[in-house]
Parts: sequence; structure tokens; C-alpha cells
Amino acid sequence: MSAATVFFYLFSFVTIASAAMVISGRNPVHSVLFLILAFVSAAGLFVLAGAEFLAMLLVVVYVGAVMVLFLFVVMMLDVDFAELQKSIRRHLPLGGLIGAIVLAELVLVVGAWQVAPQAALGTPTPGNLSNTAALGQVLYTQYVYLFQAAGFVLLTAMIGAIVLTLHHRPNVKRQNISAQNARTRATAIENKQVPSRTGVPVP
Amino acid sequence: MDLLLSILLIVGKSLLLITLGLTAIAYYLLADRKIWAAVMLRKGPNVVGPWGIWQSFADMIKFMVKEPIIPDGANKGVFILAPLVTAALALSAWAVIPFSDGWAIADLNVGVLYIFAISSLGVYGIIMAGWASNSKYPFLSALRSAAQMVSYEVSIGFVIITVLLCAGSLNLNDIVKAQDTPYGILGWYWLPLFPMFVIFFISALAETNRPPFDLVEAESELVAGFMVEYSSAPYLLFMLGEYVAIITMCALLVILFCGGWLPPANIWPLTEVPGVVWFVLKLTWFFFLFAMVKAFVPRYRYDQLMRLGWKVFLPMSLVAVIVVAAVLEIAGVAAK
Repeated sequence: MSAATVFFYLFSFVTIASAAMVISGRNPVHSVLFLILAFVSAAGLFVLAGAEFLAMLLVVVYVGAVMVLFLFVVMMLDVDFAELQKSIRRHLPLGGLIGAIVLAELVLVVGAWQVAPQAALGTPTPGNLSNTAALGQVLYTQYVYLFQAAGFVLLTAMIGAIVLTLHHRPNVKRQNISAQNARTRATAIENKQVPSRTGVPVP
Repeated sequence: MDLLLSILLIVGKSLLLITLGLTAIAYYLLADRKIWAAVMLRKGPNVVGPWGIWQSFADMIKFMVKEPIIPDGANKGVFILAPLVTAALALSAWAVIPFSDGWAIADLNVGVLYIFAISSLGVYGIIMAGWASNSKYPFLSALRSAAQMVSYEVSIGFVIITVLLCAGSLNLNDIVKAQDTPYGILGWYWLPLFPMFVIFFISALAETNRPPFDLVEAESELVAGFMVEYSSAPYLLFMLGEYVAIITMCALLVILFCGGWLPPANIWPLTEVPGVVWFVLKLTWFFFLFAMVKAFVPRYRYDQLMRLGWKVFLPMSLVAVIVVAAVLEIAGVAAK
């Protein structure tokens, strides 16, 4: 048994075990931490499959950014888990039915799956190109319009999220950095002769 | 048998690197305190050994023999796990750093991305510690750190992309080799990409929670931030992880912008010096800069920090990616 095989089974086991812990954990923060572990071991599987670029992207994007915000939100929410577990039991028949249907569909799809004949030939990376360069060449030539379209969809979603959450409240003091930096001694300071016992009115 | 031998070789190399690295960290820590003290016209640690050279080791022994205290309401598992995660992640980034041509434990094809990924994971140690401590100040610190690290990672990512566009490789070894021109120090990327170099330096300070961006452990507001409830060896691991992360960022600055192990000029006596010496010299120079910034820049306010990251660095680095790509394409020197 080679080292790669040993690591494959190790990563697979950790991925599946931590995925199981995500849904069975009592504490939501523990669930998120197990989800992170599942992502990291999935990245390990990617490395073993020779897709090191995808592995690093998985870690950077999902673990490094998305899950941080996820953890952020879960920590802020005070979820009553005993209550949640009760409702899980109530909805178990319906949920189980949906799960069974999805599983059956997956089995049907995977069972009837035919690997494209070209894909079986040789390695997916052409010549001596590295994984990253090969991905880039395909993404920015053959699929450049689809890639850009995906980017636009994300941009739209981002602008939508900002529009939904941005409220311009009145009476909120805001900083104007350029106005602050543009202040000089002449505009900021005014010398006044203060007559004794009368003072000057404060503007 | 071959497998066993190669595993033993990797373990041996890692142990050697960790031993040398930790000894170096002890002295970088001392240097940090000495520089800080010198700026304030103090002497700094000077009691343990001549010029205080054993101070870091004395501190280490003190932390190790103290009693680790786990607060009553803390989430024990996560509380213990947090410092381990911080230290282990910080150390694991060093697997891909090339000290000299080919001197890396793992010569990864995606070395830059690996370090980027590891440094973006560093935030978990802080969040876990903040949450598991079950206390107000650590929790506030964890929230701050999550927002801060995610913000500055974005600009670091774009800065790295400009360097990658010039070098045409994600391999750290190849990035240094791409800077090997006849012009020596003038051929390194700090000159053509100077604005990016500055942005990377400042973002590195923010990413490692160094002053002036140490809002995560701002002692005037949050006591010591996420470390409030930690004592003894877990605290030591946090400090270790923090300093290792700082040195990693210095190493990244050296590799991406200052030609890694290359001598500053391709003339005779300089080319005879081993590459690792140049690497360590440059690393120490950047650490000195980090220490100086810590000594004389006052702490940023939180909204200023966010403004700098999102409204200044992000647009600048985004424009720089487009400009660099366009210049490389028009000049016809784009890496194939």
C-alpha cells in the first residue's frame, strides 16, 4: 500500500466523519468547526488527485473567507439547540422522505453515468503544463464568456446584498476624510480677542 | 523501504527547520523588545545573561512551568485547541519557504497560494480562543480579528497577483529566479511594483495583528484581547504562533519583492556569499522595519483600519492588477 493510498483513506475517513459530526453536533459552533475540518480534508483529497490549485482555492475561499463569516454569524446568534432538536424530531418523516428521494436520484444518476470517452484517455492536463496553467488556459480562452458571465452574476448578487442592507439614516455623523485632510491652520483656527467679563458668543 | 527513507528524510528536515526556526524566533523576539526599548531610550531586557541574550529562554521556561488555568465556563476542547491551531498553522507555512535555490522542504507548484491559504487560516486560532474563553473581551477581540483579517486578505491577494503576473509562476523558487536579472537589486520586483510593495508591507502588519493594527489585542480597550484567559503554555503557543506568522510575512516580502536568496549585485565578492545568508539578512531587515513600525506608529482606530483596507488598498491593488497586466501585454513580456 503506497503512501498516497494511506492518505486517501485517512482524508476520506476524516471528511466523512466530520461531515457526520456537522449534522449530529449539539453545539452550532462545533458543527461549523467540523465543517471546516471537512473542507480541509477535502482539500487534501484534491491534492492527492493532483489538483493542487483547486485544493488551495478551496482552502482560501471556503475555509479562509466564507467559513470565517459563517462562524462569525453562528457565534453571534444565540441558537437554542434543545428547541431545534425537538423540531428536528417533528419534521423527521418529511425530511427523511426528501432525503430518501434525493439519495435514490443520486444512485440512479451515478449508476447510469457514462464517462466521456475522451476523458478516459490520458491525463486531463495537456503536455508538461502545470495544473494551474492548464486551468487558466481553458478558463480564459474556451470558456472566457461563461467565466465572465459567472463573474457578473456574483457582482449582481453583491450589489443586491449591499442595496438591501444599506440604509442612509439621518442624524448620523459621518467622517469626510478629504475634508479633514484639506483643513489647514488658516481654516481651522481663529484667534479672537476675548474681552474680560463679557466673553464672545460661541458659534 | 524507499518510502520509509523519504518519510524519515522529511521528518528530519522538518525537525531541523523547527529547531533552528524556534531558536531564531527566540532572538527575533529579543531583538523586537530591544529595538522597541532603544526607540524609547530604555535598555530593554538586560538581566538574564550578557545583554539579556537568554531572556527569551527564561521566559519560555517560566511559561512552561506555570499552571495552565482553564476558566470554569470555557468550552474546554476548543479552548485547548485554539493555541495549538495557531502555532501549528504558523509553523506549517515554513514548509514551502525556499531559503536558497531549492532549499525548501516541499517545493510546491502552488507555493504562494499555500502560504496565502495558511495565513488566511490563522484567524481561526483567534476566533476559537475568543469564543471558547466565554468572556466579553476575548469575544470582542475575535469579532474584530475576523473582520480585520478578511479585509486585508483581499488586498494581499491582489498584490500577490501582480507579482505572479510578472513572474509567471506560483512556485516560490521560480518567483525568486524570475527576479535574477543582471541589474541585481534594481531588477527585483520592489522597484517596478513599488506601490504594491508598500501595500503588501502595510497589509502584512494588519494580517499579523502587529501595531499599528493590533486592535485584536488593544490593551487599552480589550485588556489583551483573545489572550485574556490564557496562561502558561497555551499563552506561549499563541505568542510563538504570532511571531512565526510575522517572520513568515517577512519571508514572503523577501521572496516576492526582494529577490529571496539573490545577492544585491552580481559582482564577485557578493556572489560568493551563500544564498541563505542573503535570505536571512533581508528577513532580518524586514523584521527590523516591523519592529520600528511597532515602536513609533500609534494604534489605528477601528473605522480607520476598515477604511484603509476597503477604500484605499482594495481599489489601488485592483487597478494595479489591470495596469500591470496591460503593461506586460503591450510590452510583450507577458510570461507564457
